[in-house]
Amino acid sequence: MHRVRVRDYMPPGHVRTPAYLRGKTGTIERTLGPFPNPEVRAYGHTGDPLPLHRVRFTMSEIWGPAAERPDDTLEAEIYAHWLEPADAT
Amino acid sequence: MPHDHHDHLSPSGHPFRKDNDEPLTYWQTMEIAIRELLIEKGVTTASEIARQVDAMDARNPAMGASVVARYWTDPDFAAALLEDASAATRQMGFDIGPMKLIALPNTPMLHDMVVCTLCSCYPRNLLGLPPDWYKSRAYRSRTVKEPRKTLEEFGVTTSKEVEIRVHDSTADMRYIVIPNRPVGTDSWQADRLAGLVTRDSMIGTGLPAHP
Repeated sequence: MHRVRVRDYMPPGHVRTPAYLRGKTGTIERTLGPFPNPEVRAYGHTGDPLPLHRVRFTMSEIWGPAAERPDDTLEAEIYAHWLEPADAT
Repeated sequence: MPHDHHDHLSPSGHPFRKDNDEPLTYWQTMEIAIRELLIEKGVTTASEIARQVDAMDARNPAMGASVVARYWTDPDFAAALLEDASAATRQMGFDIGPMKLIALPNTPMLHDMVVCTLCSCYPRNLLGLPPDWYKSRAYRSRTVKEPRKTLEEFGVTTSKEVEIRVHDSTADMRYIVIPNRPVGTDSWQADRLAGLVTRDSMIGTGLPAHP
């Protein structure tokens, strides 16, 4: 599966990427959409259609040693502009 | 014991609830203003709004339960539900509006549970309104961090062998968990099976009732 990293930045405004996933690496489970970008729609604009990826993370990736069971998983919907290739520096 | 909380009950036995004498909040005022404008400009009517409220109130977990029971008993439907849960649900005759639904089938080695950490996204158009706890900060923050401890408090003990997979509804999709079919129900028809499917088992915080 395609490995991606969630961009680690904290823009102001209406965003649909939870802070606890920023900077974390996961794999794309499936791709949905394209759907209009909700971060732009929230302000009354039309919003460009963007792919929406369901990204799967391991709990150890998200929480480190604090994970209850490291290989439990979590999936979230992340818009394409929030993702970068996992090997990007 | 009903009398232990005497002070909090009305004479008819209902929990005491204060009259809402406080001034309207900013957002309550905004909602009323926008609603009145929409009616005044002829975009909608008060009775249309009331009908929509009725339609939402009529949706309830029994609708989801019949979807789950059919998944258990009809392999073609099960495949269609995994492929496109919105289309399969509509085909059963449910008016789910524009909702985009994904079905999450549990297996003996995988337990799915659903949360919305950013707000309170929930498959309302199929299951009706979410339970209050689903919208609480405690459920929303703890489920992603300590799903096992959270499940235990719901009375669901999951073996360390079973993977827990949390689904954070962060954007456009809504989710329904398909719990494992209870053992001892092999000869059961869908109607009877649906009676075992609880609301919480479709959120992933519960299991179906025992036959």
